[in-house]
Amino acid sequence: MIRPRGRMLNTVCSVAHHHFNPSSSLVLPTTTTRSLSLGQPLLQAAKQPPAVVPDNRVELFIDDKRVLCEPGTTVLQAAAMVGVEIPRFCYHDRLSIAGNCRMCLVEVEKSVKPVASCAMPVMKGMRVKTNSVATRKAREGVMEFLLMNHPLDCPICDQAGECDLQDQSMMFGNDRSRFTDIKFEGKRAVEDKNIGPLVKTIMTRCIHCTRCIRFASEVAGVDDLGTTGRGGDMQVGTYVEKLFASELSGNVIDLCPVGALTSKPYAFTARPWEIRKCETVDVMDALGSNIVVNTRGGEVMRVLPRPNEDVNEEWISDKTRFAYDGLKRQRLTLPMLKNAQGVLEPVDWEAALTGIAAKVSRVEGREIAALVGGLCDVESLVVLKDLLNRLGCETLCTEEAFPMNAAGTDVRSNYLLNTKITGVEEADLVILIGTNIRFEAPVLNARIRKAYLHNNLRVAVVGKKTDLHYEYDHVGDTIQALEQLANGEHKLSKDLAKAKKPMIIVGSSSLQDADGAAILANAIVLADKLKSGSSSGSSDHDWKVLNVLHRHAGQVGALDVGYTPGAGKIKELKPRVLYMLGADAGVVTRKDLAADAFVIYQGHHGDAGAEIADAVLPGAAYTEKSATYVNTEGRAQRANVAVTPPGMAREDWKILRALSEFIPGASLPYEKLEDVRHRMADIAPHLLRYGAVEEANYFKQSHALVHGSKRPSHSGRALAPPQTVLEDFYMTDSISRASRTMAKCIQAARHHKTTKYSVS
Amino acid sequence: MSVKNQQHTQRSKEFSFDGFIGFVDRILIGQLKMLASIARMVIGKAAPALTRPITTTSSVLSSHIFVHRDTPQNNPDIPFDFSGENLKRVDAILAMFPEEHKKAAIIPLLDLAQRQHGWLPISAMHKVAEIVDSPRMRVYEVATFYTMFNRQPMGKHHIQVCTTTPCMLCGAEGVREHIKTKLGIKVGETTPDKMFTLSEVECLGACVNAPMIQVDDDFYEDLSLKDVDEILDAFKAGKRPKPGPRNGRTCSEPLTGLTSLTEEPKGPGFGLQAGL
Repeated sequence: MIRPRGRMLNTVCSVAHHHFNPSSSLVLPTTTTRSLSLGQPLLQAAKQPPAVVPDNRVELFIDDKRVLCEPGTTVLQAAAMVGVEIPRFCYHDRLSIAGNCRMCLVEVEKSVKPVASCAMPVMKGMRVKTNSVATRKAREGVMEFLLMNHPLDCPICDQAGECDLQDQSMMFGNDRSRFTDIKFEGKRAVEDKNIGPLVKTIMTRCIHCTRCIRFASEVAGVDDLGTTGRGGDMQVGTYVEKLFASELSGNVIDLCPVGALTSKPYAFTARPWEIRKCETVDVMDALGSNIVVNTRGGEVMRVLPRPNEDVNEEWISDKTRFAYDGLKRQRLTLPMLKNAQGVLEPVDWEAALTGIAAKVSRVEGREIAALVGGLCDVESLVVLKDLLNRLGCETLCTEEAFPMNAAGTDVRSNYLLNTKITGVEEADLVILIGTNIRFEAPVLNARIRKAYLHNNLRVAVVGKKTDLHYEYDHVGDTIQALEQLANGEHKLSKDLAKAKKPMIIVGSSSLQDADGAAILANAIVLADKLKSGSSSGSSDHDWKVLNVLHRHAGQVGALDVGYTPGAGKIKELKPRVLYMLGADAGVVTRKDLAADAFVIYQGHHGDAGAEIADAVLPGAAYTEKSATYVNTEGRAQRANVAVTPPGMAREDWKILRALSEFIPGASLPYEKLEDVRHRMADIAPHLLRYGAVEEANYFKQSHALVHGSKRPSHSGRALAPPQTVLEDFYMTDSISRASRTMAKCIQAARHHKTTKYSVS
Repeated sequence: MSVKNQQHTQRSKEFSFDGFIGFVDRILIGQLKMLASIARMVIGKAAPALTRPITTTSSVLSSHIFVHRDTPQNNPDIPFDFSGENLKRVDAILAMFPEEHKKAAIIPLLDLAQRQHGWLPISAMHKVAEIVDSPRMRVYEVATFYTMFNRQPMGKHHIQVCTTTPCMLCGAEGVREHIKTKLGIKVGETTPDKMFTLSEVECLGACVNAPMIQVDDDFYEDLSLKDVDEILDAFKAGKRPKPGPRNGRTCSEPLTGLTSLTEEPKGPGFGLQAGL
């Protein structure tokens, strides 16, 4: 078996060397045949246009399986290509290679020592044995050393049950220990570090894989973790006591292969084998990060990320991960109606719906308005719109505003992140306008940082200077600077116009007031300019330039089904009945309504909305309903039911459906969720194409509309995103505002600023 | 069987296992049950060596701690800056490295800071981080990795006693104990007058001249206890004794004179073929 293979290898090698080494008579016969076979394609190539790119892939054998891979691939990656899993602790796909845990040692033929496969590039003709006696012995040895310095505290360790060290010691370790503590001094012990309210450290368990250090420095961009000391005294930590001040800090918990870094809020609350897992999506920002909600006995125990290359890779922000305790506090669990004394009083569903129906029937349809918040799912938005439309109401608004001059939201490409999240990795220029992307979409910011590090991405910022964890060109603070850039008059204009694949990201936070129109119009002009500049040089005509980054998970869905952005229309109308669906931003107050206005609040938290309501209907949070959310790219994703709504709370579309039954002539025809989804497909078919992005491409028309009209005037104010420092990040919606963990984070971030070690 | 093993067997015979059992027997005859259990323990210990290999716990390998704790002497509020002439040195050090590899200057700059200040306070690390434009953590890592960076206040003179094997065989432990009693401090401590800090170190590479101590940057070799006294007294008096061997050697040549290379060195062309 081996011989013929060996000869084949000879031929492969000899091709490369033969021309330079004609004296090697040994390989001559094989090369002759080789050159003959090569001759034919060469002859053909003379007639045809340029032929195949030479295949410079390297051939090697993993457990006698042939693998062809690009030069520079590591042995471990090559093994993965043929389905051979090599155990590892320090190696991680998304981090740089450290090669320090030695667990991935494998035997390579003709190599004297075992080779660390994660750090070893493939070489021609390599024969790797991943299951030989020598390999197994090497692993066993490494495992023994690791366990010698690792405490036997699995029974009290939160990682137990999902611990790489446990699993791999079962698979690859010895079944007995030679460790005898004859001096009764105990094992190596390392003091625990206090790095904040989210990540609990038990440093004695650390095996020095340095994943957390590499994550902090490469992905999160916070160089606060490191190793101090040397040899047996080495420890991972921050040296000085300080907060791990990152909005992505929770990811080190997932990265840690042992129980050294675990979740503080989750500590000692559940075991992985008691937990039920529900794959769903996140609503804390508009990215729609894919998550797994872990529940036990109808209670959300924790939230973990779910890998999705197109959205969140495998990271999630700390708000996504830790705000779940907000789902258990401040919840609306009973329907309520104001009694004669003007106090909200719990009632049963029938009384509540009857009471509301009576008030709603009393007024005319055009005196009704609806205001929806940022966490609403498309199902409930569609049902609410249908219900109110039946009553003759056309004033349906979102709390989040969007400029409606020129094309406004009529052109879908005006309000989407058109380049998609993955576009960041292809782009060579990102211009951030009026957004602190680090806090408005932390995971997207991590991707920008990734492209900045590995792809030479250039970033320019229009707006207040903040720490984004990468360097950028600061165009200016004000709208004038943006205007100059759009007119090509700025000193950076020429430089930025050279970009082949430029991206403009406009933060929706900057579009909230009267100046939003000017900002968006200028961004559209700039996008058109950059696009025409870049398409002349590149062949990629499909490249989209304009992107809008939303802050709320429900906003794109609401715009897609036809809601009007901003509460301006409501303020003009002064409605006599206001239906608030999860509207908690406090955009509309009692002053904006008619004096005798009846306010209905439907939602899951007792927050700003419920405060001004005359009737409260308890709805379901994102973990409690099967619902559709459209992220800022226009990607429809489905949230699933992880737990049931608390108390008498119900899924939102069902509440609206039930209410329609109480209002004469408004009864809606939806019996099941499928009926609602069917209706959604009627409105916009992409709402049911889960996981896919419905592209939008009406830039020309939009630009023509902007160009046709006079560019809107503006106050010339500075573009200052509402979230500038870390403590602004944690509480942005009714769920995170109810979270104790988030409150602790804010406290820690504030305290961090006052310490002597706040600089990294 | 090696000599060592033979000696070992010899010693266990001298121990007289039989006689010991006899002693135990007498106790048993005395029917003291409690003592009997102790005797069993003793027998257990005297039994032949364990056949299984034993790994013992490694105790802490260093006298330093690898986390920082603010103290009145060492906290970030105490400002640190390089002196005027050291600032020139800083520029000279930075000039050695290309701009994008500025971080390579961390070690020489930390050393410079330590020479200026006597030891390396956290403020100095912060200053160095600022100069090389690197996260502070990366400087902490370097400063804690190298044992020659002293992160705690030191005496005016740093005495390092080598106690690695060759020095130990030549009496380094005696030297160490002598210094301890003379100065009245333990290893790792500083004298109350802030004159000396004593530390025990691994091989300093002067094995031929063992035993030896290093005071500040100088080696004092081939020491007797008298030499140690002289050296320390001189330092106390503010003098700097001549570094080097103390037993009459100038270097690491044999004490009894040269045994080879004794003749005059041959001239050029020695040993070449005639034809060349």
